[in-house]
Amino acid sequence: MAWETARPLAGFGGGLLIGLAGAIMLLGLGRIAGVSGLAARALGFTASGAPRWIAVAFVAGLPIGAAILSGLRGDVLVRMPGSAALLVVAGLLVGYGTRLGGGCTSGHGVCGLSRLSRRSLIATVVFMSAGIATVALMRIAGVGG
Amino acid sequence: MILRVVIALVAGAVFGVGLTLSGMVDPMRVRGFLDLFGGAWDPTLAFVMAGALLPMACAWLVQRRLKAPLAAPAFSLPETRAIDGRLLGGAVLFGIGWGIAGICPGPALADLALRPMPTVLFVGAMLLGFGLHALTNRER
Repeated sequence: MAWETARPLAGFGGGLLIGLAGAIMLLGLGRIAGVSGLAARALGFTASGAPRWIAVAFVAGLPIGAAILSGLRGDVLVRMPGSAALLVVAGLLVGYGTRLGGGCTSGHGVCGLSRLSRRSLIATVVFMSAGIATVALMRIAGVGG
Repeated sequence: MILRVVIALVAGAVFGVGLTLSGMVDPMRVRGFLDLFGGAWDPTLAFVMAGALLPMACAWLVQRRLKAPLAAPAFSLPETRAIDGRLLGGAVLFGIGWGIAGICPGPALADLALRPMPTVLFVGAMLLGFGLHALTNRER
């Protein structure tokens, strides 16, 4: 365990805000705050889902919120993988996979789990397990992330 | 409609602040959470999940008592669909991509503001993935 580098309080506080944002979408607009679905809708990759401008506004809010906090707090730690090829492969898998599976960490992992959806529970267990297995295999193969 | 767009923008911004504060925007921290067998497991993301589930669980309890959302005519929530190959296959592909880079869609978009390069590479590929899915799967 790496408790000396873990940030449980900031993690929990940031998590509360993520859940609050999901609650605003649900109780205010009657929608799931699922980022992959809203992003696909915002860019016109699907005709179903939220009204276009609602999707666009939510998706635009993500970098705006990040910029606001980093403006207030100074530099935010963002350690990107060094390999451009790995970033592209990962992006393709994340884009295709989240659309095929009907959600990502926010839609299945936060909104679905808290709704006690069996579908979302299974999706979350599967993508977490696949992520853990991938990191373990990359460690064995000596491929850096 | 303007009110609804503003609500969505505020929700997105609160989400973005939460991702940034929590450390989800840092791919290496996310990979540290997924790295169960590396000897230095980083538990931070478990706290993020716990924090996010708390207000959302309360929101679902309130939702059951509401006839309609506060600023829209009706709830439009996903109908529970069967657990099928799409769900499982999609989750596997997503999980592999998440493990490779430590980035999922929300943090990817937030990172566009924090580290435009090389985040655009990931986001560009992710949008290509959305497009590939749209081309190869008929709309349900």
